[in-house]
Amino acid sequence: MKNNDALDFAIRYGFLILLGGLAVFFSLYASGFASPRSAVFILQSVAITGILALGVTCTLVVGGFDLSIGSVATSALMLSAYTMVILEQSAFVAVALCLLMGALVGLVNGLLIVKMRVPDLLATLGMMFLLIGLQRIPTQGNSIATGMSLEDGSVAEGTFSAAFLWLGRHRFDLFLDRLVPVPVVVFLLIAVLIWLFLGYTRHGRLMYAIGSNERAAGLVGTNVHRYKIVAYMISGMLASVGGILLAARLGRGDIASGNNLLLDSVAAALIGFAVLGAARPNAFGTAAGALFVGILLQGLTMMNAPYYMQDFVKGAVLVAALVFTFYLSSRRGGRRTA
Amino acid sequence: MSNVTLKLRGLEKSFGQNHVLKGIDLELRSGEVTALMGANGAGKSTLVKVLCGYHFADAGAIELAGAAFAPTDAADAIAKGVVTVHQSIDDGVIPDLDVATNLTLDRLTEPGVGFFVNDGKLRRQARNVAESMGLTMDVRMRVADLDVADRQMIAIARAMARSPKLLILDEPTSSLSSSEAERLFALIDRLRDEGVAILYISHRMSDIRRVADRIVSMRDGAISGLFETEPLDYVGAVNAMLGHQMTEVDIDPVAGGEPVLRVENLKLFEDSKAIGFEAREGEVVAFTGLLGSGKTRLAEIIYGLAEPHGGRLLLDGKHYSPNGAGDAVHKGVFMSPKDRSVNAVVPDFDIANNMTLPFLGAFSGLSFLNDRMQRQACDGMIDKIGVVCQSNADDINTLSGGNQQKVMIGRWLLKASRVLLLDEPFQGVDIGARRDIGHYIRQTAKGRTTLVFVAEIDEALEIADRIIVLNEAAIAGEYVNRDIDLNSLVADVSGPGERLALAG
Repeated sequence: MKNNDALDFAIRYGFLILLGGLAVFFSLYASGFASPRSAVFILQSVAITGILALGVTCTLVVGGFDLSIGSVATSALMLSAYTMVILEQSAFVAVALCLLMGALVGLVNGLLIVKMRVPDLLATLGMMFLLIGLQRIPTQGNSIATGMSLEDGSVAEGTFSAAFLWLGRHRFDLFLDRLVPVPVVVFLLIAVLIWLFLGYTRHGRLMYAIGSNERAAGLVGTNVHRYKIVAYMISGMLASVGGILLAARLGRGDIASGNNLLLDSVAAALIGFAVLGAARPNAFGTAAGALFVGILLQGLTMMNAPYYMQDFVKGAVLVAALVFTFYLSSRRGGRRTA
Repeated sequence: MSNVTLKLRGLEKSFGQNHVLKGIDLELRSGEVTALMGANGAGKSTLVKVLCGYHFADAGAIELAGAAFAPTDAADAIAKGVVTVHQSIDDGVIPDLDVATNLTLDRLTEPGVGFFVNDGKLRRQARNVAESMGLTMDVRMRVADLDVADRQMIAIARAMARSPKLLILDEPTSSLSSSEAERLFALIDRLRDEGVAILYISHRMSDIRRVADRIVSMRDGAISGLFETEPLDYVGAVNAMLGHQMTEVDIDPVAGGEPVLRVENLKLFEDSKAIGFEAREGEVVAFTGLLGSGKTRLAEIIYGLAEPHGGRLLLDGKHYSPNGAGDAVHKGVFMSPKDRSVNAVVPDFDIANNMTLPFLGAFSGLSFLNDRMQRQACDGMIDKIGVVCQSNADDINTLSGGNQQKVMIGRWLLKASRVLLLDEPFQGVDIGARRDIGHYIRQTAKGRTTLVFVAEIDEALEIADRIIVLNEAAIAGEYVNRDIDLNSLVADVSGPGERLALAG
């Protein structure tokens, strides 16, 4: 019995304790780690990944998966640049178009999965491919920046408007001048919203029910198809929010950016399973997972670990978290293993 | 009679506390079709699984053609000559491969076959098998492109390619039309003439009448009847399967008030007879009948999950045609489905969230859930229906079957309904929980009409004011639950053909 309690405690709080332990460790051994600026830097480094991860969390909740988020983000990056630089539209139009694109991609994903019965991984994999290709067509595979020459020989006159760049670069004052960047605020805001939505509204509860037993959810009268489509639309829109923030930070439509977004955000969402022993997708876990990866990378970097170790470290954390989730909780559940 | 192919003596099997097979003695002879009948949970499928090598028997002996038979796994059972065609056909075939490969697949796993597949040789072998079975399709066709009956034939042909001593068919006609089934029966006749022993498991009386040479009835893990003298006593077999001891009835049937649900000229299936009935306010109506009699279909139509093939429904005098579960619930028609682990339980949720799932809207303000309201409502229902648990936050999987079922039924009693449909509410439920549920359903029956769909006659007698018997998607009889003539009821259940025999 005592053993069981210890196991229970480990599953519940193990990951958060590890997170705290890491922070303490780096504060002691990496000089400059324990400062507000460093904390904000970590948050900034995980903000965009985290936003995407929150979106994919929604699809995981309904028992699905969205592989297209990375390419939706880079498409939003290119679309916003194209709208402002080549079409010379305002920041508002650019943002609106990107959100619309994200929602539309989510809708198509959802319809493919629900109506055409394409398995979720395959549908969103196909969508990922399609978008990676599509975003290159309007500019013949080139990055977009003010002053680039266009196909018809003219030069792109438009610029990233100040309002748009504000989204990526402005920093709010908090105790210190110019401390908290906009993307961090957006990330925290979305995290709270998704956390409330999934955890505390009836819609979120029904989405979890769908993920746990779709037939049962349908037979109590839940509109399973609609909720699944909504989950993919949330995912698509959050991914495009991530892309907008990335574009605003870079200030150009860089074709090569955002390569790592998909893997990093999926990893954060999966690490989130292990937080508080939830063993299921959840917004708090996802945010904590993203933070965990951020702290680890920042700390290691400050201790002069080479950059090429980063992916290895992320992978190791993910595998450890998955073991936490699936092996330990199955032992706790006792009979639940096959 | 001919040689004994398979002999079982004192076969026992338990799963944990659950004693499923309690000493089975049975002989199956070559060239004979033995029909095995039994209600859900009687132990039929466990028996089959022991024979085909999925489970080991705890005690008892099996002899196959005179030699001891104790298969180590499914492949071993097949190699020794016991071949099973399972209920869902696609377990028996590989849909994406062609007929030839399907017919010869087992040979590919034999030791000593080469690394490369010789397609020409495979096709020749397959053609031989197909011809010997009277199959005419092109062996290069993909199995997925064949119709259900042909796929069934392929599954059996695959089995026959191993020239088995015993062939077990588990509900083989459950997805076949009557003409397709006739082809299957012709095949069974041929196999019988070749001297194969056949164990035929089915609920359909018409099948059993067509193919069976003898009938074995199972009930509660034991053989409850063996019928092999001509003419076969079908009524006796059904009786033995359902059990002689009908529970004492302490129900004072009410006639009910105004009709709530009217069903007019409803056709459950394309080629079935039209049915009609009225269900009145305050009344509990039980629909009973064997598996495949259309009970579940009727429930699905009323709950908006299936389209009727004709006829109409009236709810409180108004035309009613729900376009889905959500619409039905909205109109006050609730259903607790059968097979709760597949259709009702949300395994990740605790008791309170499982129970309140259909009515989350009522437990939330501005979409935000009110946890306290949910748990209060749940606690109230736990008390009333008698769920045995530590608290409403228990994991649903920690509950026993009966208590889980109480939660699943309790969820639909949280709010008032016009029509409450309960499909097999006592499935996998012990007798104590069954009484609790039945009692509470009757206690709350005022203000709605309750339709209960059960295969077991005892269960119908325990809960209903009125019993309607379905047989092959038609109404075969109707009884007010007071001094029912059980013989007549059983005769209705087992089929219209039996009534004359009984009268004579």
